[in-house]
Amino acid sequence: MASEKRVVFKSGWLPWALLAPQAVVIAVFFFWPAAQALLQSLQQSDAFGTSVEWVGLENFRNLWNDPTYLASFKTTAIFSVLVAVLGLALSLMLAIFADRVIKGAAFYKTLLIWPYAVAPAVAGVLWLFMFAPGMGIVSYALGAAGFEWNHLLNGTHAMTLIVMAAVWKQISYNFLFFLAGLQSIPKSLIEAAAIDGARPWRRFWTMQLPLLSPTTFFLLVINIVYAFFDTFAIVDAATKGGPGKDTSILVYKVYYDGFKAMDLGGSAAQSVVLMVIVVALTVVQFRFVEKKVNYQ
Amino acid sequence: MVERRPALDFLAHAVLIIGVLIVAFPVYITFVASTHTSQEIVQTPMPLLPGAHLFENYRDALLGTGHGMGSNAAVGRMMFVSLVTALLITVGKIAISLLSAFAMVYFRFRFRMVFFWAIFVTLMLPVEVRIAPTYKVVADLGMLNTFAGLTVPLIASATATFLFRQFFLTVPDELVEAARIDGAGPMRFFKDMLLPLSATSIAALFVIQFIYGWNQYLWPLLVTTDESMYPVVIGIKRMISGGDAQNEWNLVMATAMLAMIPPALVVMLMQKWFVKGLVDTEK
Repeated sequence: MASEKRVVFKSGWLPWALLAPQAVVIAVFFFWPAAQALLQSLQQSDAFGTSVEWVGLENFRNLWNDPTYLASFKTTAIFSVLVAVLGLALSLMLAIFADRVIKGAAFYKTLLIWPYAVAPAVAGVLWLFMFAPGMGIVSYALGAAGFEWNHLLNGTHAMTLIVMAAVWKQISYNFLFFLAGLQSIPKSLIEAAAIDGARPWRRFWTMQLPLLSPTTFFLLVINIVYAFFDTFAIVDAATKGGPGKDTSILVYKVYYDGFKAMDLGGSAAQSVVLMVIVVALTVVQFRFVEKKVNYQ
Repeated sequence: MVERRPALDFLAHAVLIIGVLIVAFPVYITFVASTHTSQEIVQTPMPLLPGAHLFENYRDALLGTGHGMGSNAAVGRMMFVSLVTALLITVGKIAISLLSAFAMVYFRFRFRMVFFWAIFVTLMLPVEVRIAPTYKVVADLGMLNTFAGLTVPLIASATATFLFRQFFLTVPDELVEAARIDGAGPMRFFKDMLLPLSATSIAALFVIQFIYGWNQYLWPLLVTTDESMYPVVIGIKRMISGGDAQNEWNLVMATAMLAMIPPALVVMLMQKWFVKGLVDTEK
């Protein structure tokens, strides 16, 4: 595909007028605030903004020396790995079986894709309600089976809760892409393997899974981005980062330090670290994910 | 199907049905809870079949006539705020992206590539990484607790711009030449040729962006402090006040159902556009 048009219109002012709305919005609400974040990360100010002084990289040094920040990194790493791996594994399993079913595949698809539409905050509330200690239906069932569930006191339980809610919401997305990937594998390949005596299990490991690897890698990046940035609402609704700081992922900590603890410099430095992470993930996505699912 | 394996087919259906049931279970529980009184819900175990209070719970939620310890704002108003916000974000994103993609593809001008990269870089600046300074900008502009504050900062869209750019590049040049010969100017060409040709892309983006707008959480949480400007997703959160038993969970759950229904309907009824939108926006 050409990346340029041969035939274009000529006008001195029209393209500028057309670009103006987008340009104004990104300048005012993206670049200016991002520059402010960079600036603030090098400053120290009190909560009312009455005194500001330059501190260079001290905010960053404080972050590296802050055990709660390093703990938040660890929490985020555990959380995103769990969400990505569990989400991918479960949706791949559903997609493999949906690909096999001929009658009713569209029906199952319709019944599996709608959680995508549920707001993360609502997903958090739904799972919180099922697992609420003392009244939730699942925590009651667990209690009856002899397992004491309390995510308000137990950090592992709280982490499990937000992982379940996050995976639940993301399954539909992964499922759609896996199913599309599976359906674009030529049937003749699978049939040839079957004639050669490869059973379904073997065909999955030696053919379908390797052919799906571009899709899987693409979804891995998307899921990590999702776990890093789109799960704020789940955490805020279900656990508020607690108990203690056990589920305080990086994005939640930026919000908490900036708006609740009023540590502007520290919060800005955290924003800059997050920006670096997003840039890295975006580079990975565009550098390596280009050639996905185009093997039909 | 490659071969007949009845046992495997049975397993496939079994796994899919279990999957569908597990995925649906939280919503079923929510629905059941929204049809009982708050006393019935807090006794353990809570009932697993729908109760008789569906109508009054939804009425109390929509009108804000409940008696919970948390916020009792009317959900009807919140639904309206959510709808307006989602539509403004969707229409705004599509409109400014169409215009900027048109400018970048069909014109040559200085700094064209600067604009291209500036829009691209916004992909790397999600709200989450610049919340405090963006909040300050919106506050300084006096846009807190307004529809403008809820929507304008979110309507820049690199994905939509690049989607339309990619599409415009596939439109045959002969159309431009034909339009020129017929004496049509650029805006006439845009309106009468490009817009109708882009209809499917617009529909696909509409579904994705509507869900995005409806489900916003962090941004409205910051810029709305006034109950009358809460979107419904924020409203649910504010109805829950700490302790578990004081909450009117029946009304919270009715509100959750109301918050889920519009985007879920959009996804299920416009499934074809939804899938196209998901695939297109990730290119």
